[in-house]
Amino acid sequence: MSEDHGSSLISARVRHVEALLEARGLLADGEIDTRIDEFAAGGTPANGARVVARAWVDAGFRERLLADANAALPEVGLSMAGGLQEQRLKVVANDVDEHHVLVCTLCSCYPIALLGPSPSWYKSEAYRSRVVRDPRSVLAEFGVTLPADTRISVWDASAESRYMVLPRRPEGTAALEEAALAALVTRKGLIGTALL
Amino acid sequence: MTPFATGDRVRTRSADPAGHTRLPRYARGATGTVVQVAGSHPLADDRARGLVVDPQPVYHVRFAARDLFGAGDHTVTVELWHDHLEGPA
Repeated sequence: MSEDHGSSLISARVRHVEALLEARGLLADGEIDTRIDEFAAGGTPANGARVVARAWVDAGFRERLLADANAALPEVGLSMAGGLQEQRLKVVANDVDEHHVLVCTLCSCYPIALLGPSPSWYKSEAYRSRVVRDPRSVLAEFGVTLPADTRISVWDASAESRYMVLPRRPEGTAALEEAALAALVTRKGLIGTALL
Repeated sequence: MTPFATGDRVRTRSADPAGHTRLPRYARGATGTVVQVAGSHPLADDRARGLVVDPQPVYHVRFAARDLFGAGDHTVTVELWHDHLEGPA
């Protein structure tokens, strides 16, 4: 059996299903944990940060990334092929006129191969139901207050694509090198619930 | 129904299907604009029922919040399969 089960009703159901699958030889003991570890291996927001830093210093890469992210990722040694099949990635760039924010209203779709496991608030019913309807208020609760004339674009990961936000490069960072720039990028910044 | 292209105005289906669907309830019966064609995939609604089906176009469709919720100055871009669309708007 896999580890880390809570005592909630849904956990009990999952545990029961897992036990049945193991009893019938469809799952090896501990296989779920192994698969999760394999899937999450290497997935960390540091990957997304590296992509962003490269896009900030290399205009050509930025253009290629926004046009076809899957084709551009190998330039920084990354890919979206960590799961059963390669997932399509779409990168959306914030600018002075438009701010992007990501959600999966139906479940919790997220670019795990690139950003690692999603934060718990991303999966909460409150975030998923409210950010599509009233993103300005939700962003304010995250401490993000945008000028009234900044358009907000919400992206609902409702199908096969995964998304990542390319945040704006902070002011006063012209002298920084790529690695130092990457250190400025936060996970929330890559989802659109924080400014940098 | 022929595939849609970027810039096309489209209307989503309004019916509430019996099973799983990846057309979110808030985006049913709404009019939006195709902003990108996002490849071709078997319809998730069918796959959830264990059916093996052919891939069909998937689109990023952008809606004005006002058209979905009656208020709001933002947009919501939803990724929808061709079968989620009723036709041109």
